[in-house]
Amino acid sequence: MSMKATIRQVDSVTVIDISGRITLGEGCTQLRQIVRDQLAKGNKRLLLNLGDVSYIDSSGIGELVSGYTAVSNQGGQLKLLNLTKKVHDLLQITKLYTVFDVHDDEAKAIASFSA
Amino acid sequence: MTSEPSVVEVTLESDLKQLELVEEIVRRVSATAGLDEESEHQIDMAVREALINAIWHGNKNDAAKSVWLRFEISKDRLEIRVRDQGNGFNPAEVPNPCLSENLLKFSGRGIFLIRTFMDDFQVKCLPGAGTEVIMVKRLDPARQPKLGGTDREHESHNSTS
Repeated sequence: MSMKATIRQVDSVTVIDISGRITLGEGCTQLRQIVRDQLAKGNKRLLLNLGDVSYIDSSGIGELVSGYTAVSNQGGQLKLLNLTKKVHDLLQITKLYTVFDVHDDEAKAIASFSA
Repeated sequence: MTSEPSVVEVTLESDLKQLELVEEIVRRVSATAGLDEESEHQIDMAVREALINAIWHGNKNDAAKSVWLRFEISKDRLEIRVRDQGNGFNPAEVPNPCLSENLLKFSGRGIFLIRTFMDDFQVKCLPGAGTEVIMVKRLDPARQPKLGGTDREHESHNSTS
């Protein structure tokens, strides 16, 4: 299953619900384009909901980092929501869990952007 | 039941489309080795990263070059070899992606994940014959439902799909 994403606006936060695989090739390219498109629209508060992500490889992790950096460089924030165990473990192993602001409750995640 | 290892070998062209086929092979090998879901995922990721390295860095995406992949399941270990036709690399020179100066780098986590997920990892430069990555996962002999000497198969995939 390739990556799919739906985008919705909740208050000032753009929530991107992602499902499937964020892997080298199509999945990474799609994610990169989505983040670029949102930044181009001036949406700098991005919440990636990874609850339905079944698989992520090192390129997918790199794409999350790339998105985080791109948003931060424009003065915005990119946060993560609903990590699966696999993704959670990978972020722990790669020490990126401390880099990303990770949430498991959408309302609290949305509220955290205004903090 | 014999103690002869089960072996699966495939030769693949340097095309990332082959990753899908290899994922299916890993699923079958993992079932034969009696691996649980977490171990299967770890091996899948390790093989995936090794294969991407072989195709990209080893064979430089040259479709005329191939990648050889071998799984050997024995009583207490699963040994996986990935051989490309490149010039090799020194794993000691691969930067640690967990260091603060590397944390926000886009790439460079593949070898680290292989080391993390497998029990042993070696790189052999084969003069004139490419580079071979050897990865080992230790197995619990009690969990192997299908191991036997008759399980040997040899496949060759040079598909153009």
